[in-house]
Formats: sequence, structure tokens, C-alpha cells
Amino acid sequence: AALKDRLRSQVSAALKEGRVTPTELCQRCLALIKSTKFLNAYITVAEESALKQAEESEERYKRGQPLGVLDGIPIAVKDNFNTVGIETTCASNMLKGYISPYNATVVQKLLDQGAVLLGKTNLDEFAMGSGSTDGIFGPVRNPWSYSKQYKEKCVPKSHSEDEESNWVITGGSSGGSAAAVSSFTCFAALGSDTGGSTRNPAAHCGVVGLKPTYGLISRHGLIPLVNSMDVPGILTRCVDDAALLLGSLAGHDPKDSTTIQDDFKPFELPNLTDVSKLSIGIPKEYHAPGLSSEILALWSKAADLFKNAGAKVVEVSLPHTRYSIVCYHVLCTAEVASNMARFDGLEYGHRSDMNESTESMYAATRREGFNDVVRGRILSGNYFLLKENYEKYFVKAQKVRRLIANDFMKVFRSGVDILLTPTTLTDAAPYTEFIQEDNRTRSAQDDILTQAANMAGLPAINIPTALSERGLPVGLQFIGRSFQEKQLLTVAKWFEKQVQFPMIQLEEVKRHDNGVFQHQKSASFS
Amino acid sequence: QKVSVEMLDHLEHLALVDFRDSEGVERLQKAIQFADQLHEVNTDGVEPMDSVLEDRCLYLREDDVTEGNCTKELLDNAREKVEEYFVAPPGNIPLPKLEERDTFLQGS
Repeated sequence: AALKDRLRSQVSAALKEGRVTPTELCQRCLALIKSTKFLNAYITVAEESALKQAEESEERYKRGQPLGVLDGIPIAVKDNFNTVGIETTCASNMLKGYISPYNATVVQKLLDQGAVLLGKTNLDEFAMGSGSTDGIFGPVRNPWSYSKQYKEKCVPKSHSEDEESNWVITGGSSGGSAAAVSSFTCFAALGSDTGGSTRNPAAHCGVVGLKPTYGLISRHGLIPLVNSMDVPGILTRCVDDAALLLGSLAGHDPKDSTTIQDDFKPFELPNLTDVSKLSIGIPKEYHAPGLSSEILALWSKAADLFKNAGAKVVEVSLPHTRYSIVCYHVLCTAEVASNMARFDGLEYGHRSDMNESTESMYAATRREGFNDVVRGRILSGNYFLLKENYEKYFVKAQKVRRLIANDFMKVFRSGVDILLTPTTLTDAAPYTEFIQEDNRTRSAQDDILTQAANMAGLPAINIPTALSERGLPVGLQFIGRSFQEKQLLTVAKWFEKQVQFPMIQLEEVKRHDNGVFQHQKSASFS
Repeated sequence: QKVSVEMLDHLEHLALVDFRDSEGVERLQKAIQFADQLHEVNTDGVEPMDSVLEDRCLYLREDDVTEGNCTKELLDNAREKVEEYFVAPPGNIPLPKLEERDTFLQGS
């Protein structure tokens, strides 16, 4: 099996038939992680424990008793999920060196099914950001920066400039996870999504990024940013794999009271051939200022694709879309102000040496532990929650939130099944350009197409669609009805099949993967 | 309108996080300005939304002890502890007043 293979259809079969062993897979992934270290996708690589898990998996396969499709499959987890024995830092000084005594429910579920946890991936500090550039371990580099496709289109600005300064961002905040999946170092990764943090980097890194319905997957153990919007996100290289992961993770968790109690049945996606009964909505407000003409054209092309295949494609309106970022800004900072209050140095995490008084110790600890972005949001949040501001800002934002959620309800009630929108305004920006604006400005710009789905709690997915003129991935987003992931993923899978997004051509992967097992679609490696 | 120094001090006190420099204060001013756009929206008769799952019943479990006894694991992560206590410095000492504190806000 090759590292670029699809999980369900190829790797799992290969493992079952003994054509490849879990240890081999694990070792190949670990070696690739080492040779792609310059991407800075991983904060911690759990080499020893991963190999041990792989060995145990191998024993199970030998006995003919694998735990399931995920047994022996190498995966990566964003570093804001608690993991036993492996550092959980949230890319912050506040949690540097923190080793959690428990596994997040989603991590535990993956381990219970035999998945091999390779390591924790890089992110913006405490998941605040849209570039994966603002963590203490440095920025994550988009693997596509080193792809043949990008390098061919790259016009060096000056004689002395090399690829060092041309590299582009992954997007964020789950950039490490997206880069890990994109560069084949794992078969799937967990991210989190509060304003687009899984879909945004998925779009920039050319991978599938699924944001499930709020309440479907447990948040227990996911270090919270905004309790009413956070969800664990799934990053994979194809829609079938995303459905597979979803099946392993979804369902009520008694430890997370915000998970719904309905029975969840894992599903396999049908191969849709007839889309004539589908109604696709194109929300006109998503033609936002700053949307590149390239992406606009791609979006239009996609709509035509559905139309020509017989689906009903209608323009719809979500009038409060332009307020979702402002609304998010207030609700997010308010919840952050509350959620970050737990970091005081007493029970876990960084503790300052300052010992004069409790308050001064707390203040010094937080001064030393948080970066500007986090501190800025805490202060803003506290401002909006002041008695004199509570109604004016916080409650007002909650009212606007209802209006945004109602917009979606109206559209879905009018007969639209799925919404089709762009995921990002442009393709990935070069790092040097991205850092010219501050985190808040960037987040406000980049989250505009993804945030509203979090506001309304709806499921949404990024599907890599085509390469831009610069040779970088561009994705389109599908938004579905609450808890209708099967329908959403079925349509997404159909679309994925139509667009045939090209595989990334990376030197490192070629070197590691030569010879063994090429799957049918690998024209690029011939 | 600009935020007063008293307000900034009050926020630093509540958040136990400091503005650090004028950039931090600027950031807050911009954040407030940005948030003011909310007032363009007519929300008459609209109820605030706490949760997208508001139409559902919250899950309540039985009042049974199902886990615990992990004192050692929990204490392992704390830096200062004595026996089974987390140790904090004395608590009834308020943060120094603005004039006495080492904060850049003094100069504003």
C-alpha cells in the first residue's frame, strides 16, 4: 500500500490481506514526518507509543481479529485535544509541558478502534487565528509550497530569492492537521472548527475538511474556545474516509452534555448517479468583497455542473451573512474571556514565580503564558460582558445569532437541500504577505465564508476543487441541514468524483513511496 | 469615543491580563469599533439565542459516582502542592492600585 492510498478502499484492505503491516505503515509515516519536518506540521511526534500501538495492531491482524477498519491506521490529532502521556500544548506557553491525565473522547474512540496516534499537530495559539502562524512553535508551512505544481507557476521576484521566502500558509487554525494529511504523513487527522478552523486550512491544503453538526461529536477533552460553537473537525484525503471517521466518532457522550441523545448509525456513502432530485442553493451574499475572480468562476462552474447534471440550482439569500463576523467577534471574545479564566497556574499549566498574592500570581502567570492574540480577546470579551455593555453587545450578538440561524432555516424550509459556496476568498497567501496584517483583521477576513455555519450549528464540508493560477488548491464548501451528514457527504462525494482534484506532487513522498503499490489514479507518479 | 484609563484599569483587574502597551489598548478600541456594527441590525422582538440545541432537552444522568479517585493524577500537574492541597499565595491581598502598579497604563 502507498501512503497516498485511500483509507477504506485500499489501505484497510491491504492491512487485512497482509500486503502491508501496521508497523510498516507506521514506520513509513514516521520517516516521512522526519523528512518533511520543515513543514512544522507536528508539535509532538509520539514515535515510541505509535510503534507500540502498531505492534499491538499487527498482533490483532495476525490473529485475524482487527478491531475494525481503523485498526493500525496512522492518524494525527490537533494539539488542543487532551491526550494521555503526550504533551498537549495548544501551541501556548500556558500549557507547555502539560501532560493530560485523560484522553479526549474522540481520541479515546480512535484508540479503542486501534488507530495509531502518530502525534499532535501545530495550530494557532489556543486555536485563535486563521493562518496557523501564531503559535509558540512557529508557523506551519503549506505542503503545496513545495509541490511541483506551485514551483512551476512561481516566478521568482529576484535572482537571489529561493523557495524559502515563497512558501505559503496552510490557513488555520488546524493548519498542522491539514498539512499532515496533505503531505501523506497520516491518513486522517482531527482538527477543531469554531469559525472555519477545519475547512479553511482544508481548502488551502487541498484536503477534505468536515465540520459536523454541533452536538454530533463529543467535545469532551477538546480544550474549549467557544462552547456554543466548537466542534471537532475531520480532515482526510477523500469524502469516503471522512464518512468513515465520522462513523467512528459521532454519537452521544455522557461526558458532554451538549451532545444529542439521538441514536447515530454509521453509514457508507452511496455512489450517487442521479442528482435530478437535488436542490442546490447558491447564497448570493457569499459573493463577498475580496472574493477572487478565479474562485468566483470556479463556484459558477460548479453550479453549472449540478445544473447540467439535472439538479435544481437556485439563488438564495442569507441576508444577515455580513453580520456573522461581527456577531462572532463579540460571542467568541465573551466565551473566550470565560474559558481562559481557568488558566491561573494553580492546578495545571504554567505558573509564574510571582508569589506576593493570589491575584498577582494569576496576573503574572497569564501575562507570561498567553500571547497577544489571546490576551486581546480576553480583554475585549471582558469589555463586552461588563454590566453596562452586556445588553448592548453580548445579548445583542445573541439576537443577531438567531437571525443568522433563521436565515438558514428559511432557506432549507423552502426546499433547498444543500448550499454551495466558496470556502475561502483567495488561494493561500505567502507567509510574508499574510503577516502584514494582524491576527484579528486576518481572522475577520478569512472566516467570512465559513463562520455562519458555526453560528447556526450546521454541518459543512470543504471539497478540494481545482488548482488556482498559482498552482495552489482552491476548495468549495457545501453546507447541509442539521444532522443530515449522510446527505451532505453523499452530494460532496458526487462532486468530488466530478472534479477529479489533482494529487499533490511532492519530492519527499515520491522518494518514500517508490515501488510498493500504486493505486489506479496515480498518473502523477508514473 | 476612547476608553478611559479607569476602564482599562478595571478591565485589567477583571481579566487579570494586561494590555502591555499602547498597541494592546488600540486593539481594544478597534474591537469595540468593530462590534458597534451590530447596532445596525434591527433585533426588535428577537430572542437571544444561547444554543443551537435550544429545542432539545439537556441530557441528565443518574446521580451516581462513576469515576474519580484520581487525586494523584490531578496533583501531578500542579507545580505547588502540599499533601493533597494546591498551594496558592495569600489571597486577601488586592492587586496594587494603578498608581502603585508596574503597568504602562500609568503613563496614559
